[in-house]
Amino acid sequence: MYKIVQREVLSKDVVKLVITAERISKSRKAGQFVIVKLGEKGERIPLTIADSDLEKGTITLIIQRVGLTSHKFFNIKEGDEVTDIVGPLGLPTHVKKLGTIIAAGGGVGIAPLYPIAKAFKEAGNKLIVILAARNKDLIILEDEMREFADEVLVYTDDGSAGTKGLVTSGVEHIINRENVDEVVTIGPAVMMKFVALLTKKYNIHTLASLNTIMVDGTGMCGACRVTVGGTTKFVCVDGPEFNAHEVDFDEMLLRLGAYVEQEKIAYENVLKGSDGGVE
Amino acid sequence: MSVNYKELKKDRSSEWRQELRNLLSAKERLKGVRVKMSESSPDERNKNFFEVNNGITAEEAALEARRCLDCPTPTCISGCPVNINIPGFIKEIEKGDMKNAAIVLKSTNALPAICGRVCPQETQCEIKCIYNKIGEPPVAIGNLERYTADTERLSGEMSIPEVAEPNNIKVAIVGSGPAGLTTAGELAKLGYDVTLFEALHEFGGVLVYGIPEFRLPKEIMRVEIENLEEMGVKFVNNFIVGRTASFDDLKEEGFKAFFIGSGAGLPKFMNIPGENLINIFSSNEYLTRVNLMKAFKFPEYDTPIVKGKNVAVIGGGNTAMDSVRTAKRLGADRAMIIYRRSEAEMPARDEEIHHAKEEGIEFLNLNNPIEYIGDEKGKVKQMKAQKMELGEPDDSGRRRPRPMQGSEYLMDVDVVVVGIGTAPNPLIQQVLPELEMTAWGTIVVNDGMQSVTRPDIFAGGDIVRGGATVILAMGDGKIAAESMHNYLQNL
Repeated sequence: MYKIVQREVLSKDVVKLVITAERISKSRKAGQFVIVKLGEKGERIPLTIADSDLEKGTITLIIQRVGLTSHKFFNIKEGDEVTDIVGPLGLPTHVKKLGTIIAAGGGVGIAPLYPIAKAFKEAGNKLIVILAARNKDLIILEDEMREFADEVLVYTDDGSAGTKGLVTSGVEHIINRENVDEVVTIGPAVMMKFVALLTKKYNIHTLASLNTIMVDGTGMCGACRVTVGGTTKFVCVDGPEFNAHEVDFDEMLLRLGAYVEQEKIAYENVLKGSDGGVE
Repeated sequence: MSVNYKELKKDRSSEWRQELRNLLSAKERLKGVRVKMSESSPDERNKNFFEVNNGITAEEAALEARRCLDCPTPTCISGCPVNINIPGFIKEIEKGDMKNAAIVLKSTNALPAICGRVCPQETQCEIKCIYNKIGEPPVAIGNLERYTADTERLSGEMSIPEVAEPNNIKVAIVGSGPAGLTTAGELAKLGYDVTLFEALHEFGGVLVYGIPEFRLPKEIMRVEIENLEEMGVKFVNNFIVGRTASFDDLKEEGFKAFFIGSGAGLPKFMNIPGENLINIFSSNEYLTRVNLMKAFKFPEYDTPIVKGKNVAVIGGGNTAMDSVRTAKRLGADRAMIIYRRSEAEMPARDEEIHHAKEEGIEFLNLNNPIEYIGDEKGKVKQMKAQKMELGEPDDSGRRRPRPMQGSEYLMDVDVVVVGIGTAPNPLIQQVLPELEMTAWGTIVVNDGMQSVTRPDIFAGGDIVRGGATVILAMGDGKIAAESMHNYLQNL
């Protein structure tokens, strides 16, 4: 039912999958995600919908190999089927014409940033995209972003692509250059935390889209809870986007480490080859 | 629902029932001793997930069935939310016709193997049994119900309820928990083209994600779903009505009416300091990981679970009992119930409390957490709690707990499960703003379980009640199916 119609390796650890999911391709909006599960014994994980094709009835998912399930997804082949996909979940991004938008994405956050950046451009905004990662290999979707963005800046920790430096350098550079009406940031929790600290200094409204641990993705389990403005919110039904200035990123960062030990065991089993693919 | 006493009288006056009654005098019948279902030994079962109750034997069932006096006015039936013809199926057991016993049972209850396990019979049918009036334990109706359903299932020859000629009217059921399954079955019997949509990848709702294997084996669920499939019900998983497709999309695709049985899935937290520390879970998450995702088999299954040494489960309902007994089975040294009232006020079934105690669960009643303290990695390591005492009764009639001044203390915990209840999922409200809802997020319906603001929408179970039982959800489903039928025939 959810067939892989196209698989493209974007970089060493990042794969793009185009999957048949007719209903979701029609109903999804920028910023929403799906929960996927591979095989009878698979776990449920959230993935942002990067794109969709109404005519072909497909959705696009971009996955970075970081742990057990993403590893299995990386190894999936064209023609294979994903056992379960449900969505679209979460509230869509509130896209409107505001003026100048910075879309700042770090590493694996670049993929979920793509549909949101595109939607802001389509709404008539001036769009400046800042892509940042540890190195050149982890910078993805640069060409795709250039297709619609007014400007794309690239930053890497080691200087192997674009300017050597962090995403925050890019954001600050733009803020100092021109008036910015809103910043959208997606990436590792630490990165979003520092983008938020920076834009708070300049008093620029900032959205962060959070990717947390989830089980059902529909408001049932509460694994995804975060503190926003002092109250507990569920990323799956209240988010995934929140005012970045109100998010407790330190708590989020800790919570993301909830299963580090177990994940290590499971991942090592897979790397040993005992369960390398999809059952 | 009202009991149809005329029908029951007719049944009761049938020749074989009269003969059966005359076989033994009431005095003889009263001599019988209530059956006690055999259980796995507590020390073994608290280390595995196999079913605790082993059922009763054919001999035990026959003896128990004999105890039923086949009263002229069977009060037990009025205690049952779906009005099962209780003496009707029990007398079939006594006669030895198990096939008919199942047919009678299933004519009013689509999920007897489930109800026989999870229904609180002690506060419903059994409490109304005539035996209570003479100070004797009531007929074990629940055990007999389970026996009847299990015998039929194990025989491999399930009777499928009769289905009317297809009327080609499409109806959609939202949610595959007990309310949805019941409504689907009833509408299929009436000839409707029923599609059941489920958000999760497995069907059964709370029966699969919430209730553990040791109380309700998943195999039973699977068989019930197969039966509905044979009746023509179509099952669609991974589909969130309102999101994957809107209600209006489905209307355009020909669905004429909807039943919403989406349950009360949103977990409540206490909103006390430290509650977002790692290893503090909602009961929903904890149980879903273990039951639905089989995390107890990690790493064979991919979903992990944290096995705590000192596990505190907050709450005193069935969900809290399921959670704490699960924690014990996962290997906890101390698996504790922390409950702010006393045992007398506990909403959990007596049987669950009893089983939990046998399995070595500690009950810290009249205790309440007020704060959690974490380590440097953000994992919970201690719970600050306080002692409580009972004051005046509150709106629910239960005595209101109040904190005892200066009674705060610290306790080492490494896993906390918050099982203080759930609220309706806000999703329905988000996607159907025109639906009238209460302040608690439940759908406002009339006596026929029909939305008061959108006549093509019906609802039942926890999305209407806020948090009740399997059997009440099933009762709602039956009423809803009847009034949907009425509505659809008069369109």
